[in-house]
Amino acid sequence: MQFKTWLGAGVLATAAAFTSVPASAQGSLVMYCGVQEEWCRAMSTAFEKETGIKVAMTRKSAGEVYAQVKAEASNPRGDIWWGGTGDPHLQAAEEGLTLEYESPNNKDLQDWSLSQWKAAKQRAIGIYAGALGFGFNTQQIKAKGLAEPKCWADLLDAKLKDDVQVADPNSSGTAYTLLATVVQLMGEDKGFDYLKALHKNVSQYTKSGAAPAKAASLGETAVGIVFIHDAVVFAVQGDPIKPVAPCEGTGYEIGSMSIIKGARNLDNAKKFYDWALTPAAQALGAPAKSYQVPSNKNAPVPAQAPKMSEMKLINYDFVKYGSSAERTRLLTKWDKEIKALPK
Amino acid sequence: MRPSTRLALLAGWLGYALIPWYLPEGWGLAGYPFGRAGTALALVLSGASPWLMPIGLALVVATLLSGRAETAGTGRALVWIGLLGLVAFFAQGFAVTLPEQGIPWLAALLGGAGQSQPGMGFGALLTLFSLLLLMCHGLAYRGVCRGDIFTTSTIGVVVLLIGLFIFFPVATILRSALIDQNGALALADFVERLFSPTIWGLGCISAGTNCGVAWNTLILAVLTGVITTLLGLACALLVLRTGMPGKRLMRAMTVLPIITPPFVIGLALILLFGRSGAVTGLMADWFGIPRSRWIYGLPGVLLAQVLAFAPIAFLVLMGVVQGIAPSLEEAAQTLGAKRWTTFRTVTWPLLRPGLANAFLLGFVESMADFGNPLVLGGNFEVLSTKIFFAVVGAAHNQGQAAVLAIVLLVFTLGAFWVQQGWLGSRSYTTVSGKGDSGLPAKLPTSATVLSAIVIVPWVLLTAVIYAVILVGGFVKTMGRDHTPTLEHYRTGFAIDFSHGLYFEGAAWPSLFTTLKVAAISAPLTALIGLLTAYLLTRQHFAGRRLLEFTTMLSFAIPGTVLGVAYILAFNVPPVEITGTGLILVLAFVFRNMPVGVRSGIAGLAQIDKSLDEASATLRARSFTTLRRVVLPLLKPALVAALVYSFVRSITSVSAVIFLVSAEYNLATAYIVGRVEAGEFGLAIAYSSVLIVVMAAGIALIQLGVGERKLGRRHVALASSAAEPSPSRT
Repeated sequence: MQFKTWLGAGVLATAAAFTSVPASAQGSLVMYCGVQEEWCRAMSTAFEKETGIKVAMTRKSAGEVYAQVKAEASNPRGDIWWGGTGDPHLQAAEEGLTLEYESPNNKDLQDWSLSQWKAAKQRAIGIYAGALGFGFNTQQIKAKGLAEPKCWADLLDAKLKDDVQVADPNSSGTAYTLLATVVQLMGEDKGFDYLKALHKNVSQYTKSGAAPAKAASLGETAVGIVFIHDAVVFAVQGDPIKPVAPCEGTGYEIGSMSIIKGARNLDNAKKFYDWALTPAAQALGAPAKSYQVPSNKNAPVPAQAPKMSEMKLINYDFVKYGSSAERTRLLTKWDKEIKALPK
Repeated sequence: MRPSTRLALLAGWLGYALIPWYLPEGWGLAGYPFGRAGTALALVLSGASPWLMPIGLALVVATLLSGRAETAGTGRALVWIGLLGLVAFFAQGFAVTLPEQGIPWLAALLGGAGQSQPGMGFGALLTLFSLLLLMCHGLAYRGVCRGDIFTTSTIGVVVLLIGLFIFFPVATILRSALIDQNGALALADFVERLFSPTIWGLGCISAGTNCGVAWNTLILAVLTGVITTLLGLACALLVLRTGMPGKRLMRAMTVLPIITPPFVIGLALILLFGRSGAVTGLMADWFGIPRSRWIYGLPGVLLAQVLAFAPIAFLVLMGVVQGIAPSLEEAAQTLGAKRWTTFRTVTWPLLRPGLANAFLLGFVESMADFGNPLVLGGNFEVLSTKIFFAVVGAAHNQGQAAVLAIVLLVFTLGAFWVQQGWLGSRSYTTVSGKGDSGLPAKLPTSATVLSAIVIVPWVLLTAVIYAVILVGGFVKTMGRDHTPTLEHYRTGFAIDFSHGLYFEGAAWPSLFTTLKVAAISAPLTALIGLLTAYLLTRQHFAGRRLLEFTTMLSFAIPGTVLGVAYILAFNVPPVEITGTGLILVLAFVFRNMPVGVRSGIAGLAQIDKSLDEASATLRARSFTTLRRVVLPLLKPALVAALVYSFVRSITSVSAVIFLVSAEYNLATAYIVGRVEAGEFGLAIAYSSVLIVVMAAGIALIQLGVGERKLGRRHVALASSAAEPSPSRT
């Protein structure tokens, strides 16, 4: 018996030590955060200071947040989902996992932010934008005797064989944005032709969207196709990488925010939502080494941020390419026609 | 009834009538004994929760029987009471849950149509265990397991825990393989996904494309299993059976990789062997070997996995080599056998259970590994990463993930059966009741040389990798800017003394949580693991093989799937524990349990049953035998289980990435964030700190448990096994 008592006591003690107080008391907010840790922390502490509402913040990639929100759908734990690329937000909106909301601050927002809001049927709103492009390792390009690549077409140069990296669109929102961008920019047939030609130069389809930027900064690859701000991070650190906005024009992502349906602290979630759209809150990105472009017209654009105004941006159709039907179709086609190609 | 049965019954009443039945929100007891903090008894009497009544009835009937003698008749009655009580318990738990969920017809039957209830709490837990114990005691009264209450109760508890925390979540996720997004049965989709060419394609043989993900995984796992087993064996033999110098250092070095957080070995390999890596650069400059990307793909993943998992094989095989009775080998030599013949005919066959277990662990670890393929995989896809990205990737396809998980499970199941077949039903007992004062035989020279040739380069490689990791935390950017700096450590681990002790660094909260979770889950894992091993090897009961297989199940399932399964299963009543630290502890305990079970089984296979029998003859009950005879002989297995689960709780990523919450964040989740942000410096610095912390933990465990002492002459040990000072050898 002695042993069993011990076991029982152990189980109970463990249970007691670890049963948390679920955040249901007034004055708290459970936040799922989809950007870099530093930015997430800056947001949650700034909001705490401003309102006195205690924020419990978890940082995960956008896909992971989506998976968690979906798994918890029958008994939601989170209140607000802030940050992360727009597609999972749209997917969640399509599946009714998030809540419609119209903030009084909507009037100050850029058009692309509001178009995301409309695409999501008011269930998600744009909080920042980042254009797609690539980063190249200056030393590697010089060693190959190439001119600095400026356009999508430059990436097809035979000298770059096995020296371009991009993520697998099945696993990364970044790479899916490339797929959708190329299709919109060149038309579906020409776009797939381009990807087929690019396939010869791609050494590896990485899992994570930002990984090619890291690889390019380390010299593991000459060119990495990423969101430009992901390459800027390494350039600011002093790594030999140069971010490029392709000359033909490019697509972009809209980092979004949604209120989770069934939020236990709905009022606080709305307070956060309104606050996160203010210029002051949107200025917190740059000090936390995130160089995306904020969605509030009055928010300062970080000096290092790629200038969206100087880029040629395509008119990205978020409604069409964010829908799960179109995504599944394009991904299946990519799997069949590109990935299955021999090298 | 025996006093212990009455005690179990009392515990049941305590849980039913005195302790709040549901999981509290905070520690408020507002409204006790009614409402949210109510006891089951009060809730039933007030008519609030009539569906809890049958459970109370079971306790009442058991109480009426408490005066009866412990006959088979009483036993039968107790079995029925316990069983019906449990059925009533689970029926109401699953029928009445959240509004508009659960099982409506059953809820209506139990008088709770349209009602809801929160997750079960401490009162329910206590009552559940009481009902279970009543049933098990009843079985013992009837003579099951030679009437031993301890044995039947332990079996009951283990079966319940495994059922609830392994079988139930796994079943929940596998069910999603068969249904589509709307919850309807979709068999055609299932078949199409299962036989998809992306899983089974053979393009790498016929065309220049990639092979199916299943083949990749299988090849990788077999290679990893074989190589880690051989390395582990070579290492164990060198350390225990030769007078080789520098053994203690080697022993410490081989343990380093398992206390290394994931991603870090991969990162270090890239910094060394990547296209701009240090070694690659030297090779290119000195020998003109062109820079290439060979590290990305099968070779790199294999290298990283071997580095990471060989120490596990080493730990398992150490225990086995130590346990081989030297007198058998001495007997062979007395009969004139040469060293090599002795090794081949006596030592090697006795190593077989250890080898089989080590291979199985390496194989399964490789299949479930997630960090290394993620960093080094390149275009070489394996099931675990594919599953992860099926869940979180742009495709958002949970059904696909479930199908891939089934494939993975089938492989593990296969490995399990092959292992069983190879071991057969032979006996591997060497530690018997008879005194054994033999001296361990020295390894034959050829085997020593062979082992050393394999081990030395491997240890050197490990040393270089750790040098990279150590230095990486103290320089600005490893590989480019080698200016020494303490900046990374300051960001992570600054402490502010200006007004009292304040842990300012960004890494402190996750470090504290990690240590707390690991320290709690390690002893629980070892306890449940070894107990299960004991039941599996020493007791005979129906469903033993099934139980053994189920324990391997959670190990075979990749962490990601287990993580999602835990959320799906435990986010809603009756067991509603997501967002708490408890779910982390449970995930670790049941994920790491197989190591406890495997090392326990390998250790127990060596200990002769006659020892148990001698103890039983001296009228010791099985609990006493376990505690005073078996457990001291199992110390190496205990150390392996404790160390492994402690370390794994600190280093695992994929299993917990969905389970961490704001309050309970873990070190690895934090490190992954740093790696994603490109801050390798801080990631490496944090990893170094974790390595030191884990080394200290392991030292503490070994100090606490102590070494197994077998009655053998000590003259020889000084030169062969114990602690030779390098100067003397």
